[in-house]
Amino acid sequence: MDSYSKRKNIINLIFFLVGGIFIIKLFFLQVINKSYKQSATKNVVREVVEFPSRGLIYDRNGELLVYNQSVYDLLAVPAEIGVFDTTTLCSILKVSKEDFKAEFRKAKSRSRIKPSPVVKQVSPESYAMLQEKMYKYQGFYFQTRILRNYSHNSSAHVLGYIGEVNQSRMEKDPYYEMGDYIGINGIEGAYEDVLRGHKGVRLYLVDVHNRVKGAYENGRLDTSSVKGKNLVSTLDYKLQEYGELLMQNKAGSIVAIEPATGEILALLSSPTYKPELLVGRSRIENFPILLKDETLPLFNRAMGAQYPPGSTFKMLHGLIALQEKVITPSSSFACNHGYTVGKFHQACHHNQSFTLTPSITQSCNAYYSQVFRRVLDSRHFQNPKEGYDAWRKHTLSFGFGDKVSLEFNEEAKGFIPESDYYDKRTFKGGKWHSLSLVSLAIGQGEIQTTPLQMANYTAILANRGYYYPPHVVKEIEDSQINPEFKERKFTSVDDINFEYVLDGMEGVVSGGTASSSKIPGIVMCGKTGTAQNPHGADHSTFIAFAPRVNPKIAIAVYVENGQWGNLYAAPIASLMIEKYLTDTIQPSRQSLETRMIETNLLYPDLPNYIKYQRTNAHD
Amino acid sequence: MTQSYSIWKKIDWVIILIYVLMVFAGWLNIYSAVYDEQHKSIFDMSQRYGKQLLWIACAFFMAILILASDSKFFVTFSYLIFGIFLFLLLAVLPFGSVVNGSRSWFMFGGFGFQPSEFSKFGTALALAKLVSSYNFNLKEKKTRINLFIVLLIPVMLILLQHDVGSALVYFVFLFPLFREGLSGLILFFLFIVVALFVMTLVLPPAILVLVLVALSFLAFYLIRRNWNEILTGSLIFVGSTILVGIFYMIFKEWPLDFYYILLRSSLLSASIILGISIYRRIPQAPLVSAIFLISMVLSFTVDFVFDNLLQPHHRDRINNLLGIESDLLGAGWNVHQSKIAIGSGGLFGKGFLHGTQTKYNFVPEQSTDFIFCTVGEEWGFVGTTILVLGFIWLLYRIIKLAERQKSTFSRVYGYCVASIIFFHFAINIGMTIGLVPVIGIPLPFFSYGGSSLWFFTILLFVLLTLDKSRFEQLH
Repeated sequence: MDSYSKRKNIINLIFFLVGGIFIIKLFFLQVINKSYKQSATKNVVREVVEFPSRGLIYDRNGELLVYNQSVYDLLAVPAEIGVFDTTTLCSILKVSKEDFKAEFRKAKSRSRIKPSPVVKQVSPESYAMLQEKMYKYQGFYFQTRILRNYSHNSSAHVLGYIGEVNQSRMEKDPYYEMGDYIGINGIEGAYEDVLRGHKGVRLYLVDVHNRVKGAYENGRLDTSSVKGKNLVSTLDYKLQEYGELLMQNKAGSIVAIEPATGEILALLSSPTYKPELLVGRSRIENFPILLKDETLPLFNRAMGAQYPPGSTFKMLHGLIALQEKVITPSSSFACNHGYTVGKFHQACHHNQSFTLTPSITQSCNAYYSQVFRRVLDSRHFQNPKEGYDAWRKHTLSFGFGDKVSLEFNEEAKGFIPESDYYDKRTFKGGKWHSLSLVSLAIGQGEIQTTPLQMANYTAILANRGYYYPPHVVKEIEDSQINPEFKERKFTSVDDINFEYVLDGMEGVVSGGTASSSKIPGIVMCGKTGTAQNPHGADHSTFIAFAPRVNPKIAIAVYVENGQWGNLYAAPIASLMIEKYLTDTIQPSRQSLETRMIETNLLYPDLPNYIKYQRTNAHD
Repeated sequence: MTQSYSIWKKIDWVIILIYVLMVFAGWLNIYSAVYDEQHKSIFDMSQRYGKQLLWIACAFFMAILILASDSKFFVTFSYLIFGIFLFLLLAVLPFGSVVNGSRSWFMFGGFGFQPSEFSKFGTALALAKLVSSYNFNLKEKKTRINLFIVLLIPVMLILLQHDVGSALVYFVFLFPLFREGLSGLILFFLFIVVALFVMTLVLPPAILVLVLVALSFLAFYLIRRNWNEILTGSLIFVGSTILVGIFYMIFKEWPLDFYYILLRSSLLSASIILGISIYRRIPQAPLVSAIFLISMVLSFTVDFVFDNLLQPHHRDRINNLLGIESDLLGAGWNVHQSKIAIGSGGLFGKGFLHGTQTKYNFVPEQSTDFIFCTVGEEWGFVGTTILVLGFIWLLYRIIKLAERQKSTFSRVYGYCVASIIFFHFAINIGMTIGLVPVIGIPLPFFSYGGSSLWFFTILLFVLLTLDKSRFEQLH
C-alpha cells in the first residue's frame, strides 16, 4: 500500500459523479420532456397537400362566369440542391436572377430540408418546358395550385377576389396554412366554405434528405381532396355587363333585384377593374396600383358606400304617416316656395297645396316636412322622442340601419340613428323637437343608406310591403341555399297603403321629375333623389321598378357627382330596366343610351357631350 | 495442463463479460442504425454490421492472443511500442489520407487505420514504465522533462493532424499521475481554467470584471478574516470607479461604457491595494492581487484563443453548447437531432429497428460517434441507464483491478486504461445529450469501426494479461 492509495476514491467519485449527471440528464431528456417526441414525428413525416379545384360560378342563365386554371409553384429543398444552371432556369421561369436568388436564400433560411416555394405561380407553358429538364434540377419540385379564370372579365366586385390567407384567419381556422388561397370578398368570400372544397393530405415518411421512405402509418391518416361545389348565381351577366358599360367613366353603383324572389340580378360598382388583374403573379403588381387609385376601383360602392337617401325616402315617410294614421291620402299640405316656421325655412319650388300622390310626383319638400312633423308630434305619442322611435322602427322594418343581405362581409350597415343619438350627440341635453329633425323628412341629415338597401327598399315598394333577403346565389351543387332566402319579411306598413304611393311613383316617370326617362310601352314606377355631398357636386340617385303590375325588376342607381336624379341616374335605371325586360333598346331611346355611355364624370377634361341647364331641374 | 488451467482461472471474467456484452450490444445497435430493407441479413458483409462482425471476430482473436502471451513482453518493450506509434503518427502526416478534416488515417484499400487511436496505448505503456522506473520522483526536474516528452510529443503530432478531439484525450493521463502523487492543485487549476473560459464566453465583460473583483475580496476575507480591510478595499474600488467614471465623462462621450470604466477602476484599485498592503506588510495581499490580475489577463486570453486560435467549427460548437448562439439548422443541427432521437425514445424506447430519427439518417455519424442516439431512441431511458451503469461498473472494476496490482507499472497502466475509457465515455455521451461540445471521438466498444474496437480490446486485454500474472511479477 502506497501513500496515495486513498486517491482512488476521488477518481471513483469523479466516475460516479459523471455517470450520475448523465442518468439525471437522460431522465429529463427522455422521460420528463415530451417535446422531443413531437419533434421526431415532425421530422419524419412530410405532408404532401393536394389542393382541390375550386367550385365554378355560373350566372342565372347557366353562363359560366368563373372557372379554374392550374398553375405551379416551384418548391426547393435546399439540402438536395447542388450546383444548377440558374440562368436557364430563370429564363424558362421568366423571373429575374436577382429575385430568384433572393427567394432561394429565403428558402434556405426557412429550412434546409423542408420544401419551400421559390417561384410562385409558374405558368403552364413554363411548367411544360421545365418538366422535360427537371432531371437537371435536383431538389426542385412542382406543386399544383388552383387559380381563377374569368370568361367575361366583368363583375369584379360581386364575384370578389382570392388572395393568400392572412395571419388572423389562420389563427381562427386551422384549416388554412401559410400560403393557402382564400376568397376575400364578393361571392368568393361569402361562399368560401362551399367553393374551397377540402384539401387532401398524404403523409410520407422521409429521411433527412426529404426522400420518401414509405407511407406514414400505412396511409391510415391520408385524406383525398374534395373538390369545391359549383354555384349558380342570381346574376344576369348580360345585364351586369350592360350596367358596367353605362357606368363607365362614372363613379357610382347599380343594384337590381327581382322583387318576387329577392334575387340580385345585377350588382356593380364603378369604376371597376378587370378581375383577371388580380389573378396570379400579376396581382402583385396590380393590387397596389388599384389600391392607390383615387377613384377607389377596389371599393364596392354597391354594398360599401353610404349616402343620405335624399328624396327617394319620401315614399317611406308617406307610408309611415298613413300607417300611423296622421294623414289620409287626401290630406293636403301647402307649399309656399317651401316650408317656413319662424326663422326656419325649408326651400321648395312650388306655390300650391299637395296631397300624397302628387307630392311624390312633384317631390315636394314642404309636404314631407309637415308630414314628418305630424308623425313625431302625433298625439299617440308622449313626446317627439317617442314619435321618432316609432318612425325608426318602421324604417328598420324596410331593411335600413343594418346589413340587409345575409351573405357579404363587406356590406355596410347604413345608419338610422337611435333617439339617444340625438340626445347625446346632436342636441346636447336632449332638448329637441320635431322641427329639429326635419331634414330627415327629405332624406338628408344624419341618416345613411347603401345602394343595396335602396334596391331592397324599391323591391319592397314593388311587392307592396315585404321582401326576401337580397342574395346572389340561387343554387349550390349538392346542397341547399340559406332557407332564410325564401322567407318573406314583412314591413310594419300594411299593403293597402302602398297603392297611393305607387301612383305617385308612376307619375314621376310619366310626367314628373323623371319624365325624360319614360320607356314607351312599359309602366315604370320611379323616384329621383339627390344625395347631398359636402365634398363636391351632389350625387344623382334614382330608384325604380317595372312593370307596375307583377314587377320583374327593382333597381337603385347612384351616380356620384351626377348632381340630381334626372340627370344620369334615372336614364341609366330606365335603360337597365328596358334592357332586362325587352333585351333591346328602342330606337327612340338610343341617343339617350349613347349619351349615357359617353358621359365622363371621372375625368372632366374629356369632352362632355351633355350640356344641361339647371333651371327647372328639381327632384 | 494444470498450468494453463490456472491461467484461465486467474483471468478476471467479470471484465470479459462486460466487454463481450458491450461489443454485441454495439453490434446490434449498428445493425439498427444502418438497417436497410434491401440488406436485411445481419451478416451481410457489404454493410457496416457485417463488417463490424468481422472486426469483432478479429478483436476476439487478438484478445485470446494477448491473454496467451507473456505479460513481461509489454513491460519490457513498452518504450519500443511507444516509439513505433510515434513513428506512425509522424508517418501519417505525409502519407495519410484526410477524413473529416483530419489527416489521421492510413487507408489500405477500403480499410482505414488511425494511428492516433493506438498511440494512446503506446503512451499508456510508456507512462507506466516511466512512473514505475526506479528513480521516478515528480519533484525532480529530470522526471518532469521525461513526462513532458511522453505526453506532449504525441499531442503535438496529433494536433498537426488537426485532430483536436484525439489530442484532448491526453489530458486524462493527469488521472494516473494524480493517483501517483501529482498535486491535486493541478486538477483544480485545470477546472478553474475551464470555468473561467466558460464564464468569459457567457458573461458580459462588465459583469465578469465584477465577479472577479468579488471573488478576490472573498478570497482575501477567507485568508485574513478581517472585515475592516474588506471595507477599506471596497471603498477604494468604489472611489476609483467614480474617479474613472468622471474622467470618462469628461474625455469621452455618452453612452457610458461600463466595461471600460470597470476594467480601469479595478486595475487602479488593485494597484492601490497592492501598494498599501506592501506598505503595511500584509503578506497575503500581493498574492490575491496577483491572482486577480492573472485572471484578468486569462480572460483576455480566452477571447483571444477563442477568436483567433480555434477553428470556426469549434467556435460554433462551443457557442451552441453555451447557448450564446443557437443555429439549429447549422452547427447546432447534429446535437439538436441527436437530442430529438434520444429524447423521443421515452422510458422504454421505440423498440429494436423502430427508431425513425436514426433509421432515416437525421442523426449524423449514427453508427460511429453518435451510436448512443440509437441506444437512446430504440431502448429508451432503461437502455441508456443500463449502458451508463455498465460503463461505470467497468470503470470501477478496472480501478479495483489496478489497485490490486503489486507492480507500479501494472497499476499505472490500469489507471491509464480506466482514464482513457472514461474520457471517451464522458465526452461521447456528453456531446450526444448536449452537455459538452461536439468532439468526434467514438464510444468504446459500441461505435462502428475496426480501429477503435481493436484499440480498446488491446488496451483492456493487456491489462487483463498484466492482472493475470500479478503474483508472478513479485518475484
